[in-house]
Amino acid sequence: MATEVHREVHEQRESARPPLIGPGHNFATVTDKISALALSRPTSRRWWLGFGFSFALVMLLLLAISHLLVRGVGIWGINVPVAWGFAIVNFVWWIGIGHAGTLISAILLLLHQQWRTSINRFAEAMTLFAVACAGLFPLLHMGRPWYGYWLVPYPNTMQLWPQFRSPLVWDVFAVTTYLLVSLMFWYVGLVPDMATLRDRSTHRMGRIVYGVLAMGWRGSARHWQRYEAAYTLLAGLAAPLVVSVHTVVSFDFAVAILPGWHSTVFPPYFVAGAIFSGFAMVLTLVIPIRALYGLHDFITARHLQNMGKILLATGLMVAYGYLMEAFAAVYSGNPYERYVQVNRMIGPYALMYWALIACNIVTPQLLWFRAVRASPVALFGVAMVVNVGMWLERYVIVVVSLHRDYLPSSWGMYSGTIWDWATFLGTIGLFLSLVFLFIRFMPVISIFEMRTLLPEAKVKEELP
Amino acid sequence: MPQVFHRSFNTLSRVSVFGSLLFLGLAAWAASVYVRSSYATNRDIARDQPIPFSHEHHVTGLGIDCRYCHDSAEKSRYAGMPATKTCMNCHQQIWTGSPVLAPLRASYQNDVPIPWVRVHRLADFAYFDHSAHVNKGVGCVTCHGPVDRMPLTWQHGTLLMSWCLDCHRQPQMFLRPREQVFNMEWQPPPDQEQQGRQLVEEYGVRQLIHCSTCHR
Repeated sequence: MATEVHREVHEQRESARPPLIGPGHNFATVTDKISALALSRPTSRRWWLGFGFSFALVMLLLLAISHLLVRGVGIWGINVPVAWGFAIVNFVWWIGIGHAGTLISAILLLLHQQWRTSINRFAEAMTLFAVACAGLFPLLHMGRPWYGYWLVPYPNTMQLWPQFRSPLVWDVFAVTTYLLVSLMFWYVGLVPDMATLRDRSTHRMGRIVYGVLAMGWRGSARHWQRYEAAYTLLAGLAAPLVVSVHTVVSFDFAVAILPGWHSTVFPPYFVAGAIFSGFAMVLTLVIPIRALYGLHDFITARHLQNMGKILLATGLMVAYGYLMEAFAAVYSGNPYERYVQVNRMIGPYALMYWALIACNIVTPQLLWFRAVRASPVALFGVAMVVNVGMWLERYVIVVVSLHRDYLPSSWGMYSGTIWDWATFLGTIGLFLSLVFLFIRFMPVISIFEMRTLLPEAKVKEELP
Repeated sequence: MPQVFHRSFNTLSRVSVFGSLLFLGLAAWAASVYVRSSYATNRDIARDQPIPFSHEHHVTGLGIDCRYCHDSAEKSRYAGMPATKTCMNCHQQIWTGSPVLAPLRASYQNDVPIPWVRVHRLADFAYFDHSAHVNKGVGCVTCHGPVDRMPLTWQHGTLLMSWCLDCHRQPQMFLRPREQVFNMEWQPPPDQEQQGRQLVEEYGVRQLIHCSTCHR
């Protein structure tokens, strides 16, 4: 009885909100519209233009990596005292971006937030690509990436184990787990849609490729029952990872005793920052794709509104983190902690600090206004600013603490070289290229989950 | 629309899923066997030398001491290879016409060293001091094996890092009294661990297992 009342209230509330799917759609039109994105031929000129540009950046990445392997990490700006430069900044930035996917897919799924449906597939794919970009940086930073497998504990002829007390080793486990679980989650969710594409593909090659990926999915009741179980299990597995991965990344800093890093606020504030940057990146990508491919019926104004609200909420958490950092520095009475804070604000990197405050704290306040949240262009602008701001945040954390430590004789300055920038831009190109390929060959929106949002899908539940 | 996949693909896909796991496992196992094999470590492989020198003949047959030829074994980072003149001390008198020794005579006449092929090639990034080991009671046999029974010389140990660490982690199991270092016949006593501990104490042997002990 109680549940029925509850459901009724819920449905009333739900019907008062704008729908999650445009009017006039049925099972067939949803499937047609989304599958056509992957199956249509020929490929549009705009796609080639975008992919070509991104791929040119991938070539730049290859050049930068080749140069790095030949000459060593000396081509980067890193040196004592700032031995962690762009590589770590970019690693944390990309990993942070990779957080939206799991949050949207796992946590919002477990919380029965139906609006996740049209953006989860895309956000998960974005997560995978971002984690792939992130993973490149620690490997390249090693200088000899071909010894990367030494990070993994295995019985070796050196009788050595990794230093288990180091958070850098925890990172290896956290990021690898995250990548694997995200990949499985994404793939399991794709299987029914792969079967749809297999059945609709007119091209023999398409039928074979999508057919293999569909793993023999026939859509029988037994398949669906197993699918639901597997997907919910994976969601349960992935949910703690949203919190754990960036917590471990923050340990890279917090476990060190460097002033400005050694702080208990780091884990929660890093996690909030990760979700903040993740949603900013989802908005950055979703808004143009929605416009270019005419997906307004599926990614509605309500979706963008909701993402804007999450951006605002996590932005406020991040602002709280900055505030607490400053407060802890003052309240601790520790002259070194206090100096780092002062050095951030008025030191040689003050411009970056204030730019980050402007990007991450001031700009998101615009999202309080409904007009801003309702305007895709304004949202896109805010999201772009946040992307930049989150990169600056990591830059300030890494560089300002390192460049002036306890010993003034070892103080120095840091700036990225042209190769630092080439590598960074290259990973952006890699990320975008993967996104373009994904848009071209995969269902960008979960077809079968969208169909469950249609009024037709509700009929059965209401029968006595 | 005809079926794209034949029925057999059901089996094929199952086999490939589990098969790829099995394959990865086998590949990892093969790699671990490879790095420990004598093919990769050169263990037990007799090297071709300019002159087929027999330690068995010179040590067991003639009773020449190790230090007669390797004269810096106790004094230097390198055990030392004998100069041509050391060989000629005897070979001026015996086997003077042997064709096998032609490179030796050529070396002596032209004053050019014999290009012996190094048998124990330790990696360049590992610091190693031969005299330190000899003076702390590590016998020749412990690392080099029964050289007195080698007609041609081969590498006895794997020279892998684990091989070094086996001893560095528990030196008491391998040390012997200093006067027995060059004794090829010495056998560890039944109470080696106890006696070894005494030697460790007496010679001031430390458990040197820091990275920078060898990787300086």
